[in-house]
Amino acid sequence: MIKPETEEQARKSVTKLTVPHVPLWRIRIRLLWRSARDSWAMFSESKIGLTGLAIIVFFGLAGLAYPILRATVWSGPRYDPILASPPPVVEECIPGENCAPLPPSPEHLLGTDPYGRDILSQLLYGTRAAFVLGIFAALITVVIGTAVGAISAYYGGFVDTFFMRLADIILLFPLIAFLIVLSGLYASFGSQMDFWTLAIILGIYNGFGAITIVLKSQALSIKVKPYIEAAKVAGGSNAHIIMRHIIPNVLPLSFLYMMFTVTNAIFSEAVLSFFGLVDIKMSWGLMINVTRDAGYLGATTMMKFWWLWLPAGLSITLLCAAFYLVGRGLDEIINPRLRRR
Amino acid sequence: MRRYVLRRLAQIVVTLYLYLTLVFFILEAIPGDVSQIYIQNPLLTKEVREQLIRDLGLDKPIHERYFTYLANFFMGRWGTSFSHDRPVWDIIIERLPRTALLFLTATLISFYLGFVLGKIIAWRRGQLAEYASTVAGITLFTVFTPMLALLLVWVFSLQLHLFPIANFLDENKWQLVSLRAETIFNYMLLTLGVVTIVGLGLWWAAHRFIYRPWTRFFVLLGGFTGLFALTGYLWIAFGQCWDAFPQYGGRICNWQLAGDILYHMVLPVLNVTLISFGGTMLLMRNSMLETIREDFVMAAKAKGLPDSQVRDKHAARNAMLPVVTSFVLSLALAIDGGIITETLFSWPGMGLTLLSAVQEKDMPLAVAALVFVGVFALIAHLVADVLYAYLDPRIRYD
Repeated sequence: MIKPETEEQARKSVTKLTVPHVPLWRIRIRLLWRSARDSWAMFSESKIGLTGLAIIVFFGLAGLAYPILRATVWSGPRYDPILASPPPVVEECIPGENCAPLPPSPEHLLGTDPYGRDILSQLLYGTRAAFVLGIFAALITVVIGTAVGAISAYYGGFVDTFFMRLADIILLFPLIAFLIVLSGLYASFGSQMDFWTLAIILGIYNGFGAITIVLKSQALSIKVKPYIEAAKVAGGSNAHIIMRHIIPNVLPLSFLYMMFTVTNAIFSEAVLSFFGLVDIKMSWGLMINVTRDAGYLGATTMMKFWWLWLPAGLSITLLCAAFYLVGRGLDEIINPRLRRR
Repeated sequence: MRRYVLRRLAQIVVTLYLYLTLVFFILEAIPGDVSQIYIQNPLLTKEVREQLIRDLGLDKPIHERYFTYLANFFMGRWGTSFSHDRPVWDIIIERLPRTALLFLTATLISFYLGFVLGKIIAWRRGQLAEYASTVAGITLFTVFTPMLALLLVWVFSLQLHLFPIANFLDENKWQLVSLRAETIFNYMLLTLGVVTIVGLGLWWAAHRFIYRPWTRFFVLLGGFTGLFALTGYLWIAFGQCWDAFPQYGGRICNWQLAGDILYHMVLPVLNVTLISFGGTMLLMRNSMLETIREDFVMAAKAKGLPDSQVRDKHAARNAMLPVVTSFVLSLALAIDGGIITETLFSWPGMGLTLLSAVQEKDMPLAVAALVFVGVFALIAHLVADVLYAYLDPRIRYD
């Protein structure tokens, strides 16, 4: 038997039934958190991606450790990664024994370079440079690539043709040769290409390259979805649709390409500073350049003075590989055709 | 097909023009200009300096200089190198074949190996071999090239004493030879070209006219042995011989000189091969993984075809397309990627020329080399497109 309700009671039960008022941003955060958790669950299945992430975290910690170490254990000019401290006066200087470059010892865990600077300290200092350059360049790339990809997919026509031809040129553009000539020109005109210029050039170069082609095809597949039609019918402007509907949907893919860009940027910087063509205080590539200029990469000295070039070379390789591995791991999540299931 | 090629040709011309323009304006955008190389010299008077700027055409407005630049490019007036004191064009023509031979060899080897291994590891997904080769592939793909080169030198030259450390040839051997290395080198390229064409013809003919697998195998084996023997005989019988230092037997012939160049080529080729092999293998693996899911592969399996046949004839051939594109693109970017390898092994090709031109502030040579690298890449791209359209009919008709 149904209890007859008074109007008062009925209103009460209705208020109970309504969804408690939650601000929109909290729902958004909750959704974001859930999708992040799901993605992480998928990502953690890929051993490749996890390995890469572990290496990145390792280098990240090393980079963070540098200022702490410098302030505590490595105080004093002998651990300065950039400025050489005056060498101790020895009667007969035998490099590798009593004269710089010194071999690894408890004092200098990875030895010193030809100017008596601590290699480990240089290595950690260079870690920061590599991270900053790689991530800064990759951010520029992602912003440009996503915007250009979305716009050329959405508008098509001339804009599309123009950016696709530009991407064609970039794909074929001899980047290393170009950077070498560019920095050479800078040098002969009395200046040197600095760190940030290089990062911006790398970012722009990659931003108009392959990433636009991939993101454009992704954006094209989104453009024909019913909800875009719905948004148009509801009166959404072009800018609104691009910003709110197309770009959020291509973001995962652009994040993936960000990883590959980081690899590319770190590698390019290393090559350029290996040739001594960048105005940078200290980086992994420059460490090998210093070794080469001082003549320790010769046939007889190469392996005797391994600590001069091997740690730096390995670091470049490992960090490049790590970002690439994370990219591959993400690829297996984002690209359904590669999924195992 | 012809319409497609013509259309691509027209597009390439436009792209070439855009590339030249881009290079010009980027070079313009850098603060300063070429005259500054001289201006740093304190001995120059003001008049001489102004004369210099006028002679270099730097006082003209930018659009005029732009048209001069384009005209000079297409007329082949590429200027004179500061450091070599020779026309830039001569230097490029001399250096290009060396890079071409090095990279053609390395790229062919690495793509063949990458293709075969990539298809096998994709087929065996989830096994230990797949993980191992993926890790190896990624390591090779991302390895810092100078470090790999140094390690190769250490292992093969310093420990095993198998190959020379660097350089294009052994100068002592060539001391009394009154023949330029270019001549021998061009003969080598010619031989390689002829052997490749005849070999491909042989391969095609054997597959066209002989149907029994074993007969075909022996015919091909005999044919190739004969071809190589004939080439070797021609080189030995018709090559000139020269006096040489006693430690080289007092006498040295052209085929030995060619051998000397080849001997110096081994390590650079190995370096380039290893680097580009990793990327190819990974690409082939991915492409293969996508193809394996297609229905026709399932159908081929369901027909009861042997596994190897499904893999090689049905899946791999369809998965090959991206690898072919990447092959031509990597040939196109050979000069770019070659800078590091050529520098470390002192192989005097285009890459080393470009780098040393930059380091010696020889701007005419550097800029010309840069432009040339781009043109080379564009031509290779055209070849890629045509090849692609030939392999995949869907592209021709869009």
